[in-house]
Amino acid sequence: MAREKISTSDSTLIPHRGEKEIFSAWKISFFGAIGLIIFLVIYSPDPYARILLFLPDGVLRTFQVTVFAILLALVIGLIGGLGRISRIRIINKIATVYVEVVRGIPLLVQIFYIYYALGRLVRIPDIASAIIAMAVCYGAYMAEIIRAGIQAVPPGQMEAALALGLSRRQAMQHIILPQTVKIILPPIGNEFIALLKDSSLVSILAVSDLLRRGREFAAHTFQYFETLTIVALVYLILTLLFSWLVGLMEARLNRNVR
Amino acid sequence: MSDNLKIRIERATKVFNVYEREQSEPEEIAVPRGHADIPGRSTLEPVPLPRTRGRRGRSKIRRSTLYALKDVSMSVNRGEVVLVIGPSGSGKSTLLRCINRLENLTGGDIWIDDICVSDSKTDIRKVREEVGMVFQSFNLFPHLDALGNIALPPIVVKGLSKAEAHERARKLLKRVGLEDKEHSYPAQLSGGQQQRVAIARALAMEPHVMMFDEPTSALDPEMIKEVLDAMLALTEEEGMTMLVVSHEMGFAKAAATRVVFMDEGEIVEIGTPDKLFNNPDEERTKRFLEHIL
Repeated sequence: MAREKISTSDSTLIPHRGEKEIFSAWKISFFGAIGLIIFLVIYSPDPYARILLFLPDGVLRTFQVTVFAILLALVIGLIGGLGRISRIRIINKIATVYVEVVRGIPLLVQIFYIYYALGRLVRIPDIASAIIAMAVCYGAYMAEIIRAGIQAVPPGQMEAALALGLSRRQAMQHIILPQTVKIILPPIGNEFIALLKDSSLVSILAVSDLLRRGREFAAHTFQYFETLTIVALVYLILTLLFSWLVGLMEARLNRNVR
Repeated sequence: MSDNLKIRIERATKVFNVYEREQSEPEEIAVPRGHADIPGRSTLEPVPLPRTRGRRGRSKIRRSTLYALKDVSMSVNRGEVVLVIGPSGSGKSTLLRCINRLENLTGGDIWIDDICVSDSKTDIRKVREEVGMVFQSFNLFPHLDALGNIALPPIVVKGLSKAEAHERARKLLKRVGLEDKEHSYPAQLSGGQQQRVAIARALAMEPHVMMFDEPTSALDPEMIKEVLDAMLALTEEEGMTMLVVSHEMGFAKAAATRVVFMDEGEIVEIGTPDKLFNNPDEERTKRFLEHIL
């Protein structure tokens, strides 16, 4: 069955299926980063070990923002994606305008906007506004991916379901969406990873994520080079871990069919 | 639905809009071929490029209409097996798809007993439960195994319990000779096996009418027989009312009570298989049969 491939703008290092060699790109990057951190800590424990001990709070915060933003973005994306294919015109228009508007404004501007501009009208806690901004932005991208995923399911599937007496909603729920999940998993995984990386943008608010913790440390000690090296390596390890997880899920979903 | 099930098709018409891009003739513009073409110019001066805008011409989108069905009237009685034949694009599939309203009619009516299928107020889902359909491209659900494919619609639509639905599905799989394949996914089955699962899936809704839209056209020759056998068994054991779009002459001779020949959206001729294949009245029918026999 020919499926439309969904192109994604942000390519990441999701391990290719069947890439079994010892020196895969993923392994070189992942173990290289871990090795480098270990080497630096042993070689020169003074700044590096202290930096490493200073960061865990930030890692936790980054994780928190990422995970909540992803969950919220998935919900928004599903609603938006279903709205984009809705046959009710007004819903379709609202969803399309949402996607166009949000995709056309830089994430950084959106974060500022929700935090400062909207912050004057309603008081939103720092973390919440960061999460909302990320989720609103990524929800639009997810909506497009989900729409493309639904449309990539061959039209015969919907016809067969309707011919069997299912309603459109039932067909969507039992036939189309389960197949969509498998199609959209790789691009959604890419979005997860992109979101993890873009979560560093919230450090400009008073959210002490990984990057902000690093900058706090460097501001005290003026050791920018050492601190940012470690911050970058920790980000790299996190994204690579994520991409590994996405690869695992993909393999699991593909086990049954083909 | 009563025992005296009857499908009546009255002056059914289906029009598709076809949009074509029409390219108007580009305007002729004299293109200077070289410096020599422009008098009074030094050969060292650059030649101005012709403006491209006027050269492309305007494209217009033209709407035309295509009659997929043109005033089609016929009826199918209970227990009949009606075979629909005709060249491609003659409206055979559209006719079937209008009966369970996968397509909406543009004009005319289709009745199943006293239910008007083409009336937009009719709850079409009730009709679809009664009218099973098998597609040329099988359209099995690839994320479910054979058992799941057959059991899901009764569970979702009729509210059967999982155990009941699975029991029914196993019986149906046995009937189409696939009792050992219940846990196979569509991708693991051959075309003929997939189509037999699709037949079982349609039967699981306990329909009174079965429609087959070119059920064997996508199959390798050696798999056609197993599907036709399953269809034959259906007429012989149950007296199922069937509407079949197919060019399988063997099936026509063995099971069909009537054959309908369609061309360009119209019914050209209806007759018994014997009459229509061996001694057709119409010239168009003769010409078509010469091509396929």
